[in-house]
Amino acid sequence: MSYMKEFTKGLLRENPNLVMLLGMCPTLAVTTMAQNGLGMGLATTFVLVCSNLVISLLKRVIPDTVRLPCFIVIIAGFVTFVSIMLDSFLPELSEALGVFLSLITVNCIILGRAEMFACKNKVLPSVLDGLGMGLGFTMSLIVVGAIREFFGTGKVFGIGIMPDLIEPMTIFILPAGGFFTLGCVIAIIGVITKKKPKKIGCENCPSKDACKSYAASSETQKEGA
Amino acid sequence: MELVKNLMIILFTGILTENFILNKFYGICPFLGVSKTTNGAVGMGLAVTFVMIGASAVTYPIYHYVLVPLGTEYLKTIAFILIIAAFVQIVEMVLKKYVKALYRSLGVYLPLITTNCAVLGVTILNIDNEYGFLESIVSALAGGVGFLLVMVIFSGVRERISRCNVPKALEGTPITLIAASITSLSFVGFGGIVDGIFGG
Repeated sequence: MSYMKEFTKGLLRENPNLVMLLGMCPTLAVTTMAQNGLGMGLATTFVLVCSNLVISLLKRVIPDTVRLPCFIVIIAGFVTFVSIMLDSFLPELSEALGVFLSLITVNCIILGRAEMFACKNKVLPSVLDGLGMGLGFTMSLIVVGAIREFFGTGKVFGIGIMPDLIEPMTIFILPAGGFFTLGCVIAIIGVITKKKPKKIGCENCPSKDACKSYAASSETQKEGA
Repeated sequence: MELVKNLMIILFTGILTENFILNKFYGICPFLGVSKTTNGAVGMGLAVTFVMIGASAVTYPIYHYVLVPLGTEYLKTIAFILIIAAFVQIVEMVLKKYVKALYRSLGVYLPLITTNCAVLGVTILNIDNEYGFLESIVSALAGGVGFLLVMVIFSGVRERISRCNVPKALEGTPITLIAASITSLSFVGFGGIVDGIFGG
């Protein structure tokens, strides 16, 4: 039963993107179309599951002091694999995602799950956690992408829906529309789950332990309180 | 002259029309995380600019003189992220030992920067756009300055928001993103400015 929980928590309750507010860059950049969101989400899910699997297998081998570079190399390896695969089999998608395909390497969701979950847990829960988090991320990309595509072009997944009812508003596929849509979706999720989304800031950042500004800011907060 | 003009076009495009944060969405995490105060925004912006220029200068020769002759261009993501991580580590150690003042103001942001997509992004973009060495440096400089500019502008916006009455559902992150959307809209106004100055 508890295995099921590891899987489902990523879907909504601890959605890495909309609740934990990680991995915002790809969410904003590739969601001009729902289709691209789906592709990006699945590519990220694949990397996340594989890296969680390998890292949880190697957790006793990797020395603690150099764990972040080790994680990053493992992740970068899988990212290279995915981008070569997409280049050969889905060149259009690879073209649309562009440099963000390589930037999956520095997506904080993947490093965050490695640091917070995979390096402390057994293999099966880590894989399920990666799968759940990845699918949660994919869902949020599809939702944001579908909203932007619908208002921006009147289509969803490239299929026209009610073309006469709304005049396409180009602003939704501009960068400004990305920020706006994501802000609204996060607000709605906050209302649905009756939980305030975490504040953007250092609390969720995977590299917070390495970072002195986080330690400094939390100290000043304690002094203030 | 042609070279200078080309470099100026890269510079202005990078800062204004294709801003790293507002247009290409690189480095959203530090943009939203560290822009609460102007001091933090300036420190983070300077540190990112510095590391971006350094990383571009280091990755260029490695790509063109090591990866290409060996026929291993596909390893660039792995190679670059390792180079950036090592570079950041070295810069941190050097600053700590020799330039204490700078270390105190910028050093705290350095470890964060390894996983900042702006840095990996600019090095990969330089390769994808087939920039030469000088062009790579200028495009990194433009990206960094644009990053710094937007961080500073947005830290001012956020200070104003913190004193406003925001509808309950939008409090916190959502209103920040909506404010970012309006800031991004204002940068759309720069569209065409580069063509205007340099005549296409």
